[in-house]
Amino acid sequence: MAERKWNRDKENDLPVYLARPGTADQVPRQLHGGFFSNVEGAYDSKTLDFDALSVGQRGSRTPRTPKTAQTSPEAKPTTAGGSQITIKPTDIGQDQKELGVEIKTTTGKEILQNLDSDKSDRLLIKGGRIVNDDQSFYADIYMEDGLIKQIGDNLIVPGGVKTIEANGKMVIPGGIDIHTHFQMPYRGTTTVDDFAQGSKAALAGGTTMIVDHVIPEPGCSLLEAFDRWREWADEKACCDYSLHVDITHWNDSVKQEVETLLKEKGVNSFQVYMAYKDFYQMSNSELYEIFTFLGEMGGVVQVHAENGEIIAEEQARMLEMGITGPEGHVLSRPEELEAEAVFRAITIASQTNCPLYITRVMSKSAADIISQARKKGNVVFGEPITASLGTDGTHYWSKNWAKAASFVTSPPLSPDPTTPDYLNTLLSSGDLNVTGSAHCTFSVAQKAIGKDDFTQIPEGVNGVEERMSLIWDKAVVTGKMDENMFVAVTSTNAAKILNLYPRKGRIAVGSDSDLVIWDSDAVRTVTAKTHHSAAEYNIFEGLELRGAPMVVICQGKIVLEDGNLHATTGTGRFLPCSPYPDFAYKRVKARKQLAVIRAVPRGMYDGPVAEFTPMSRGATPASSARTSPTKQTPVRNLHHSGFSLAAGQQQQGESRIHRPPADENPIRPGGRRIVVPPGGRSNITSLS
Amino acid sequence: MSGYQGKKNIPRITSERLLMKGARVVNDDQSFLADIYMEDGVIKQIGENLIVPGGVKIIEAHGRMLIPGGIDVHTRFQMPDRGMTAADDFYQGTRAALAGGTTMIMDHVVPEPGASLVAAFSQWREWADSKSCCDYSLHVDVTEWHKGLQEEMEALAKDHGVNSFLIYLAYKDIFQLSDAQMYEVFSVIRDLGAIAQVHAENGDIIAEEQKRILELGITGPEGHVLSRPEEVEAEAVNRAITVANQTNCPLYITKVMSKSAADVIAQARKKGTVVYGEPISASLGTDGTHYWSKNWAKAAAFVTSPPLSPDPTTPDYLSSLLSCGDLQVTGSAHCTFNTAQRAVGKDNFTLIPEGTNGAEERMSLIWDKCVVTGKMDENQFVAVTSTNAAKIFNLYPRKGRIAVGSDADLVLWDPDITKIISAKNHNLAVEYNIFEGVEVRGGPLVVISQGKLVLEEGMLHTTEGCGRYVTRKPFPDNVYKRIKARSRLAELRGVPRGLYDGPVCEVTVTPKVMTPVTSKKTSPVKQTPQPVRNLHQSGFSLSGAQVDDNIPRRTTQRIVAPPGGRANITSLG
Repeated sequence: MAERKWNRDKENDLPVYLARPGTADQVPRQLHGGFFSNVEGAYDSKTLDFDALSVGQRGSRTPRTPKTAQTSPEAKPTTAGGSQITIKPTDIGQDQKELGVEIKTTTGKEILQNLDSDKSDRLLIKGGRIVNDDQSFYADIYMEDGLIKQIGDNLIVPGGVKTIEANGKMVIPGGIDIHTHFQMPYRGTTTVDDFAQGSKAALAGGTTMIVDHVIPEPGCSLLEAFDRWREWADEKACCDYSLHVDITHWNDSVKQEVETLLKEKGVNSFQVYMAYKDFYQMSNSELYEIFTFLGEMGGVVQVHAENGEIIAEEQARMLEMGITGPEGHVLSRPEELEAEAVFRAITIASQTNCPLYITRVMSKSAADIISQARKKGNVVFGEPITASLGTDGTHYWSKNWAKAASFVTSPPLSPDPTTPDYLNTLLSSGDLNVTGSAHCTFSVAQKAIGKDDFTQIPEGVNGVEERMSLIWDKAVVTGKMDENMFVAVTSTNAAKILNLYPRKGRIAVGSDSDLVIWDSDAVRTVTAKTHHSAAEYNIFEGLELRGAPMVVICQGKIVLEDGNLHATTGTGRFLPCSPYPDFAYKRVKARKQLAVIRAVPRGMYDGPVAEFTPMSRGATPASSARTSPTKQTPVRNLHHSGFSLAAGQQQQGESRIHRPPADENPIRPGGRRIVVPPGGRSNITSLS
Repeated sequence: MSGYQGKKNIPRITSERLLMKGARVVNDDQSFLADIYMEDGVIKQIGENLIVPGGVKIIEAHGRMLIPGGIDVHTRFQMPDRGMTAADDFYQGTRAALAGGTTMIMDHVVPEPGASLVAAFSQWREWADSKSCCDYSLHVDVTEWHKGLQEEMEALAKDHGVNSFLIYLAYKDIFQLSDAQMYEVFSVIRDLGAIAQVHAENGDIIAEEQKRILELGITGPEGHVLSRPEEVEAEAVNRAITVANQTNCPLYITKVMSKSAADVIAQARKKGTVVYGEPISASLGTDGTHYWSKNWAKAAAFVTSPPLSPDPTTPDYLSSLLSCGDLQVTGSAHCTFNTAQRAVGKDNFTLIPEGTNGAEERMSLIWDKCVVTGKMDENQFVAVTSTNAAKIFNLYPRKGRIAVGSDADLVLWDPDITKIISAKNHNLAVEYNIFEGVEVRGGPLVVISQGKLVLEEGMLHTTEGCGRYVTRKPFPDNVYKRIKARSRLAELRGVPRGLYDGPVCEVTVTPKVMTPVTSKKTSPVKQTPQPVRNLHQSGFSLSGAQVDDNIPRRTTQRIVAPPGGRANITSLG
């Protein structure tokens, strides 16, 4: 509403220093009415005019926005020969026209100055309301070379600048879709949206950066897979991108590759799977090792959280019962299994002091576990996706196989229809932090691979294009969150986790000029007929969404205006993410310093020791063949061990052992007096 | 207090006939004043002015509480561990139990992995029959899982009266079962009508933590609790509950030691899961701060798994949950090792044999912590120490209730006795008592087991080998009524759809992301006679009768796609 106020009464506006609250006329005070009547004019001059008083914002009375080009020579120093594009249709009426966005290009001076013809490199957004995750304010933005150079009022800009009149519309940082699967290979085919198609859809929806998942085949090199994905994306992506790498198997060479990726290749997040038994699934011990390793190296662990073992059992049961359609998918993956795996992942992460990121939060119970863990202080982030925020799993029972199959994703959409609303609430309250789309689309023909067996249906749903509008519609329009929170969940938080903040996710001087002028009133109906994805089905078909991008600026270029997309394939750059993102690691580092464990210094036990056969009991920690990453820590530290070695030895002058001097405990000449059981010797030899 | 009525010259049968006069009978539902007449180890009459034969021993209760003898649902007497044996054997252990007012114990049979369950069961029967002084029953631990064990479990349930099986989620590479194995075991247990007991701790994480702690140079008993944080317990409880929900199997969590684990159980119960939690004497009576004791032998005496929580508010919290019904039964997990045995792990805490005492102290501890503090009343006390256990394990009303026809296992309880627990005067074979110095109020005055006076005026009169094995039938009502109703509801149906006739993408050999059949062991559900695929429900209309119509579809063949990937389509004919 603020922009409307601001547009009102421009003719009689006074400059801000002349504007006084209330009427300026002399009002003679008159007593009238009875004892209890109001004094006339008692409330005059007492209503605050926030627009007039607010500092740093554009006052409603400041006549700085020109109504026409002729009346404001200072805003457009060179008006000669300027071309004008009006995005809003002109037939709506004079008042309505003011609310649209105008893009004007001036050519006069640059012709004189012989500047290069690449006009879109210089952009000025005038009169936009800049919305960051912390505050909103009115200012002009000047961009050059894909960077934001100036923010403020009355900017001094060179000539040859394309000017966008935002007319008080919101300017938000471009969305970051933190989870996509474009061009994902799947059993010889690939998803129908490649990096070009997918990133175009992203831009059309107001998302200016995507983060894709590299999925190496189990047993293959992570680096090779990463390079392959880089190649595909560099060739085709229309917007900036970054990559997560999925760890699909674990051994020492993978560990080295992960280290290389972290240190040299600009990957700071790695996903592991707790589902997909015998394929991608990691055991608890492997999870522990990966978490420990990444916790030390400054990476963020992402987890696909579902209990794969139980799913495998349930799938077998469903198929035996003769349920082969897509409903079997959701029946074999009840949301409890998701919640269980989330719980387990959180436990392991808390044990290893590693920041955790749960991809695809699809159900209420999983989200509840995350918010509980956050209340207990765990460093865990939850990512609901477009699908879970916008639709539910009742469609799995659709009579139309192709439609039902198009909803198949893992974890599945919850059949509980209150789920989207619940997840939106948690997203608004900050219990869930970031949103992705998990965009991974397959054509009906590809989905039909599983027409006789739901376990064969390739998994994935669309959502990259709808994400921003959907969250606006479900969370902001309903009053669950404000525009700043909207920016936080669609962009800023993701940038912080990826350690790209403030380059991305914020409108500030020096940030990338990835901006979206957001129209909070536009209403669109989602349909497969008009969407930019190549898939035949859209899971949000028929959904009416309020709020849409009006202009999208990516890398300082206008890529969406007037409903037209001008994306160029191959312009997307890979953005390396550095390890130790502050957003996750500040707390983790502080905890590491606290979590020093000390042994109890005790006198040596010198009583009798029972005999035992050293085989089978509970705790043999060395059984895992793989070495724990913590094994780097050197030899047993005798200072900490609490065992004081025989005092007598020193007295006898046997200086073989450097006994910790600080040990004040009653010391017995014990080294040799330990009753050594047959077979038990290995425990003691390390002491001598 | 006790005297003889009528002729005193028939001492042989006096112990068989007992009359308890003027007792306040406390059951889990109500208390009332009555006389009780017992004969042949069974309660024959309850009421006032009973007509009893001569030669009866009379006990004047003077209005004191008479409660059903306690049932200790979890003991490990005489348990073998790496060639050692727990210090308290069945004789010593049951004596201690009787001294504390417990008249029945349920011990765990722990077969070595690879050994036969039935053989191990018989071994334990032999030990207990020769030594036990009170009635006993046996849980059987499933320490590994393969197809053959299903038949053994069936045999145990049907022929040997075992209706509870314990699995371990801890002790990696020894007893631990994977999630898939847990799922299969739970399915078998549900079909048998038994109770799934779980030792809930995440063994994988523990193994990693143990490694880490040892590398840090921590080798003392404090390493035990540091490597087994309570989160790891809560995680495993949560996982077991999830799997139990999935398989619709009743679940029983043994040894609830921490607040977080108890919370998970309480939450699951609020959601409707059939799950029971068993705190033990140790977790109700003491905490894990002692692991940091400078005295190694004392610290080691507390080593048990899951460990006692270092949070000193835990006992109070657990007794509150026990009082409000979120936890239901109490055991002792009595498994004692003397200091020399513990010292096996003097240089490495992972080798310390695990277990604490508690069979003798259990009843008094709960009375002191719960009833004296006003958290529960005497009826609830009976419920958590005896009745609930009898109900869950299908012994009710033979045990766990004072009623005509029930076993004459009774305790005359004195709420005013105070006693300081000490290793000096306990009835155990070990040097340390983890409750050393704790003063408890409330204790047994008279204990009657099998209709015989075994504790009287502080004197124990036990008879080695008189304990009977009590068989337990499957499908206990208290547990399975709900399970049965749910299994009727949980029928799943496919959606009838027209045949998909659009294009189908070709796929390469790579198996799909999830292949449910790769587990070598076949799922137990497969063994149950599967009806033929119901074509009306499946939604696939086949053109006419097929040769294989009467053969149940075998998923194994349909999921792994052969080269070329045609197998999906050819099966449609």
